[in-house]
This record gives sequence, C-alpha cells and structure tokens, in this order.
Amino acid sequence: MDYNWDWGVFFRSTGIGEEIYLDWFVAGLGWTVAVALAGWIVALLLGSLLGVLRTLPNRWLSGLATLYVDLFRNVPLLVQLFLWYFLVPDLLPEPLELWFKQDLSPATSAYLSVVVCLGLFTAARVCEQVRTGIQALPRGQTAAALALGLRTGQVYRQVLLPQAFRIIIPPLTSEFLNIFKNSSVASLIGLMELLAQTKQTAEFSAHLFEAFTLATLIYFTLNMSLMLFMRWVEKKVAVPGLLAAGGK
Amino acid sequence: MDFSSIPAALPALWDGLQTTLQLLVLGVLGGVLLGTLLAMMRLAHNRLVANLAALYVNYFRSIPLLLVITWFYFAVPFALREITGEDTPVGAFASCLVAFVMFEAAYFCEIVRAGIQAIPKGQMSAAQALGMTYGQSMRLIVLPQAFRKMTPLLLQQSIILFQDTSLVYSVGLIDFLNAARSRGDIVGQPHEFLIVAGLVYFVVSFAASQLVKRLQKRLAV
Repeated sequence: MDYNWDWGVFFRSTGIGEEIYLDWFVAGLGWTVAVALAGWIVALLLGSLLGVLRTLPNRWLSGLATLYVDLFRNVPLLVQLFLWYFLVPDLLPEPLELWFKQDLSPATSAYLSVVVCLGLFTAARVCEQVRTGIQALPRGQTAAALALGLRTGQVYRQVLLPQAFRIIIPPLTSEFLNIFKNSSVASLIGLMELLAQTKQTAEFSAHLFEAFTLATLIYFTLNMSLMLFMRWVEKKVAVPGLLAAGGK
Repeated sequence: MDFSSIPAALPALWDGLQTTLQLLVLGVLGGVLLGTLLAMMRLAHNRLVANLAALYVNYFRSIPLLLVITWFYFAVPFALREITGEDTPVGAFASCLVAFVMFEAAYFCEIVRAGIQAIPKGQMSAAQALGMTYGQSMRLIVLPQAFRKMTPLLLQQSIILFQDTSLVYSVGLIDFLNAARSRGDIVGQPHEFLIVAGLVYFVVSFAASQLVKRLQKRLAV
C-alpha cells in the first residue's frame, strides 16, 4: 500500500498558533459530550413527562403525547436540525431573533439548536420507554396506591415511576448512547464537535486514515465505557425480587 | 410563507426522491444479505468466526452513521485505487451505498440473529435427521421461518434507514433533502422547501410504520 501511515501526526502542529492536532480532537470531544449531556437532560425530563401523559386515562392528554411521538419519530433528525437552526429563529419575536442571530457566537447558536433538536428528538424515544416501563408494572400497584388514598400525582411519583425507571434502564442506556452518536449531526451546522474536527484534521494534515481511525476509537471507547457504567448503575438500582436483580 | 414555487420544483424533487429510494432499496437488500451472513457467522460453532462477526457488529453499532458515510466517501476511492491500481472515480452514490450496506448490516444482523434464535431447536434437529446438511437446513427450514417472524422488525429498520438516507447531505449527494435544500436556496425560499421536505418524510415514514403495525398484529401468534 502506498499510503504513508504516520501515527505521530496527532502530535504535530496544526500550523495555527501552538495547537497540535490532538488538541482539536480534545476540543471536539468536549463539544460532543456537552451536546449529548445537555440534550439528554432535556430528553429525559420531557420524555418522562410525555411518557406519563401517554399512560393517563385522559384521552386528550395521552393523544397529545402520541401526536408528539409520531411527529418527532417520523421526521429525519437532520431535517429537524435544519428546522431548528434555520427556520425556528426566523419565527421568534424580533428581540429574541436578533439575540440569536447577532449577539450569540456562531458556536453558541449552533449549540443551542442542536441541544434543543436532539433533546426533543430523543424525548419521543424516551417517552415510549417510560410508557412501556409504566405499563409493565402490575395493575395492582396503581389500584393499591389509590386504595391507600394517594392522589394520581402521588401514585406516579411515589409508586409507579421509581419502579418503572429502574426497569427501563437497559433501553434508556441505548438511547443515551444514541444521543452521543446522533450529536455528530451538529457538524453539519458548523459546530466543531468530534466529527467536524476529524474532517478538519483529515483535510489539514492529509492523514485521512489516522484521523478517522482515532475518531472511531474515541467513539468506540466512549460507547463502551458508558455502557459499562450504565450496567453498573443498573445493578445498583435493580428492583429486588425481579429476575433482572439476579435472584436477590 | 409562500409555497407557490413548489410545483415548478417538483421534477427536481422527484429526482432527489428517486436517489433516496434507490439508496434505500439497495441499502436494505445489501444490508439484509450481509446481515444474514453475519448472523450465521455469529451463531457458528467456530469461536473465531463468531467473535469476528461480533466484533464487526459492536464496532459499527458504536460509531455514528455520519462518521461512516464521511469516512467512506474519502476511503472508498482510495481503497479502489489500491485494489485496481488505477484511479477509479466512484461517485458519492457508490460510497454512500457501501457505507449504508456495511453499517446497516450490523443492525440487520442482530434482528436476523434474534429471528433465527426464536426458531425451536427441534426444527434444525428434524431437518438434519432427515439427512439435510447444515446449509440445507438453514436455507430450506430455519431461515424461511425466521424471516417470516422478523419481517416487521426488518421493515421498521428499513423505515429508520429511509430517514437516515438524508445524512448523505453531508457528502453532497443530491438526495431528496439535498434537492429540496438546493431548490429552496435557488428560488430564495429555503424555509418553504424545508417544510415540504419534512412533510414528505413524515407522511412516508408515518404511513409505512402504520402499515408495519398492522402487519405485526396480523402476524402475531
């Protein structure tokens, strides 16, 4: 193969200031993590709320949540991102629009759009998991809680949700990992996260394969360590008495 | 909002949609084929073969599709030059298709594997007792039943792929989304075209997933 492999490229100067290429990757990873974590918080909060709404007896409320899920699951992520980044700012009231377009730095406005986009996109998926978790609980739980005089809010807060969340940790984990992978779309609206930095390194240094190999390794390691961490969490909080708890 | 320039752009949008659908169909066919192969490797008795397939699946499932598309866009022409020894220009379409097939195969593999594992063991034993070889029993007995069971899941994954084809935007391939974006920019109405694009994606995916849901109910035992 006449490709000139050189793994030392990451420690070479980028020609911009004092930076070496590895600095770009570190900065990119920082953005990726920042996008994914903020998006996850939005997704978890909104998704849980929607998941609860979907299980309520009130037709209107559960219908609203179903509509949300159908809408956000059937439009491609990239289209949603473009809508949030290009369209929505134009629909804002003028002071907000000016703030978004002029006061914010390009990185900040892109970051905000991606976080909102990924958060709402993932919320639809989280909603379905939360709903499944709640519906997986025996009906007697709700009945018993109501019979004890708890109000609906209390039933969810103190009886249903604490159990449901512990059951759905495995599917939630895969959504959590997905949000890290999905955050790479941010590169398409100019946020310099991991993938964008990789592309830039490949172009600047002409060491295409090394750059993409390193990016792959970073994503792979990130994924594996998050998975191991979530497995540990899962064991910690397993509901005693269920098969998943390992016969405790 | 002014949607009056949409009708004039329909031919261009249709061209883009055709590219999207070609990517989808070829991607699903290639992905299921490679995925089935991988699934059989994962279930093979040979440890080395099984581990290799598992590594492949875990590898592709832990990196973003967009990374694969971008990487292959640069790497496929390069690899071809290595193999054939001369410059072979391949378009974005070919490199994207390779990326989709290889990436989706990892996901299809897991669906097919679950499908095969859901077939009772007795089927395989009975086939072999009748004198069939391993290959014959897989091809004639196990796989046909497995595929019937996992059709809804395969279709669901295909709907996801339909949406994910929009990521080829990143390498400049004119698929449906890119056609809408560039048309919108030309006539100065990017918002309207983006909304129309979103609507089309929504209608197609929503209708398809409703159909899959119905199919699932009908196939349910």
